[in-house]
Order: sequence, then structure tokens, then C-alpha cells
Amino acid sequence: MLTEDGLYRVVLEMLHRAEITLPGDVTRALKRALNRGRNPIAKLQLELMLKNLKVAKKMDVPICQDTGTFTFFVQIGRKLQLNFDLRDVLTRAVTEATLKVPLRTNVVDPITRKPMKSNTGEGQPNIHIELVEGNEFQIDLLVRGSGAENCGRLFMLGPTAGSDGVKQAVLTTLREAGGKPCPPTIVGVGIGGTMETACVGAKRALLRSLKKPNSDPALAKLERKIELAANRLDIGPMGLGGRTTVLGVRIEKATSHTASLPVAVAFQCWAARRASAKLVNGEPRLVEP
Amino acid sequence: MKPTRLTPPLSEPDIRKLRTGDLVSITGKIVTARDKAYTRAISDAKLPVKLQGGIVYHCGPLAKRTPSGWKVVSAGPTTSARMDQIQAKFVKLTGVRALIGKGGVGEKVAGQLARLGCVYLAFPGGTGALAAKSVAKIEGVFWRDLGIPEALWVLRVRDFGPLVVAIDTRGDNIYLDQKRWN
Repeated sequence: MLTEDGLYRVVLEMLHRAEITLPGDVTRALKRALNRGRNPIAKLQLELMLKNLKVAKKMDVPICQDTGTFTFFVQIGRKLQLNFDLRDVLTRAVTEATLKVPLRTNVVDPITRKPMKSNTGEGQPNIHIELVEGNEFQIDLLVRGSGAENCGRLFMLGPTAGSDGVKQAVLTTLREAGGKPCPPTIVGVGIGGTMETACVGAKRALLRSLKKPNSDPALAKLERKIELAANRLDIGPMGLGGRTTVLGVRIEKATSHTASLPVAVAFQCWAARRASAKLVNGEPRLVEP
Repeated sequence: MKPTRLTPPLSEPDIRKLRTGDLVSITGKIVTARDKAYTRAISDAKLPVKLQGGIVYHCGPLAKRTPSGWKVVSAGPTTSARMDQIQAKFVKLTGVRALIGKGGVGEKVAGQLARLGCVYLAFPGGTGALAAKSVAKIEGVFWRDLGIPEALWVLRVRDFGPLVVAIDTRGDNIYLDQKRWN
């Protein structure tokens, strides 16, 4: 059964695990990048990143001091009845994790810049809820550092820009960002929909493991094409040059107005921190993100 | 390549010898500063710590209070370019000889740093746990009212590196090499 306490404990564990270890697909992609190209500085950056992962795990401390803000994607089966306040559970888990992991207090008022307590406040944590069939329940977490967050872009392209227009939008964003979003990044691209669906799609796309190709063959091909072009930009690890600028490109698509083509680009830094949990035999459990 | 050891305070000739692509490590005192501390420093010149010949680290550490005092938990670099509008003014005012950060600074700022005799040293972003291991001691924290990440943390580091000299005093800039693809 999905109880308030059970969910709270699982979300707390998700936050802890996401901050201290990276998902296996990301670590493997970083290791593969070590053997790409001959730039010694690029190699050094990747070696330090991998060494850092070992230190963080061993010392049980956050990988990055920018422990970020939190975006949760929650899928709730329409047959499920939650007899608790979901937002309250997620907020309490973030508050507790801030003290216990510990996390840096990053959340401030946007105008006065006054720090908020425990990384919570209006709109924090950020929660997207989707209703699904049956008794399913899944919760996915993205940890968002501001280096990557600040380099995101929304393009309202002309309706006939096509897949080449999408590719150019991503490459423009990558060039402008340079070393700032902590490359090699994972690039989330939201194509179509409206302004906000493109942005949310770009973020949700970042949840998909680097092992999984896009289920739509045309989009899988476009992802591969953009990835190859991106890795020819010579931005490289931390913008110091090299052949690995992105670890992967992840696209989500939605239908749009006949006169519109919104394209949103969201980065996830190399420290691509994420975690997932779902109901397994009726109990919330952490699953491979 | 073995990193060259830098021990602040640094002299101008020490810094002018460094070239892009060189590796260095730091042993001694460094001071963190980012957006809010920069803004305060240039508006109110009374710095609580001497930075002449010093090294400023663009970093907002994750620190926790323990019974024996503050402890740095994770302390990697932050995006340096956020401070670009006042970067040169800050360096001129304080007499800093090296900045440590990630992502580099804008082309114009890089030129200003070169003229002022200040190098830019890069450490990979996101490597907070590794960087924290080089912090031997917190010597002090000032301007706490700015918030934990924004305060000035005076850190004594040991063999912090290897850092890459990414912008040198001749104005060479590793980050701009990517421009050949534009």
C-alpha cells in the first residue's frame, strides 16, 4: 500500500542517493569518453570527474556542492486513492534531506534574493503530476544545478523550420553555453506543443537512460544526428576542448499549432543526478533510474 | 605532466610565467567569492581579508556546522562568467593574481585580466567532493549575512589541483579555441 510514511522514506532515500551517486548509464558514458580523442586536458577533466565520483561515494557526501533544486515527475494511476497531501510529503522530504545529507540551501526569493529555509518555498520543489491508467505509481527526480539550468533556451521557430531547424537551435544553444553547463552534458529537447509543454518535455526527456534509444525511430535518428554534430563542436569536457561535448541527446515531441514550432533545450550537467521509485508489489521501492 | 606548485601570495612575475595548458596546484590560503561578495566588495572597499597577491576561488561551498566548527562538505567551482560585469573591477581593486573557477570568462574580460596580471585557473565543475578533500582547514568566514554559498570563506588548501591554466597573462584563452568551428 502507498502510505504517507512509506512514500516519505522512499523520497528521502531518492534524494540522498541522487546527490551522492550517479546512475550507471551516466558513469559508463563518462568512462567511454576517456578514450575519445587525444586532448590531454579533456582526458584530465574526465579523470577528475570519475575520481570525484569515487570520493563522493566513499565519503557519503554530495558529488557537487551545487546540490541543486528538485523537479519531481509523478505518475499516478487513476484507480489509486492517496489519503495524504503529496506536495506536503515531497516538501518534508526535501526539508529533511537538506539537514541530513546535508544539502546546500540554494532556494531564495527571486526578487529580494532572501534565502528560504531548507530549499523549499513557492514552486519548490517543482512537481509535475500526470494521471495514468490503473494502479501504477511512479516518481522520478531530477536534481537541477544552476550551471546547467541557466543555459537552457526556448525557441519559437517558424513552422517550416523542420528537423534541421531543431538541430540548429540545439547547436546554437550549445555554442552559447560553451563550458558553462559543465559539459559533457545530456541535452533534453522538447519539440512542439506550446511554450510550456516544450519546456517540460525537454526536462522530462532528461529522465530517459542513456542506454535507451528513442522509441520513435525518426526521433532516434535525429538524436543521433544532433549528438554527432554536437561532439564536433570541440567544446569538450568543461569547455576546454575535446571530442565529448554531450553524452547524449534526448528528445520528446508533442503536436503543435499549424503556425508554431516551439523548441526547448534543457541541459543536464555531467553530474546527471536522478532517481526513480515506483510501486513494486504494492510497496514504494527505489528502481534503477 | 606534474603540476607546478603555487603558494600564495603570488608575485606578478610568478604569474606572468604561466602559459595556457600548464598544470598547477595550490598549497596555502585561498578565498571564495561569488556574485554577492563581488558586488559588496566593489561597493564597499573594506574587505575583511587581504587579497593582494591572493587567489580567489569562485565557489559557494556546501558547509556544515559541527561541534568543533564549520566543515566543508563539498566545494567545487561555480560559473565564473556570472561575475563578468565586475570581474576586472574586482581584480583591480583587490590585487588578486589568480582566479579559480569553471567555464571561463568572456573574451573582453580575459583581455582585461591579462593586462592586470591575473591568470584564470580551471577545475572541473561538479567535482565538489574531490575539491573538499584538499581543504585542510577553514581559517575564517566573513559576510555570513550573504548566505552560506555567497559568504567569503577563507580556506587553507593542500595540493589543490591539478588546475589547468585556461587564460594566461598574454591573453591566450583555451575556451576560445572552440571558435574555429563557428
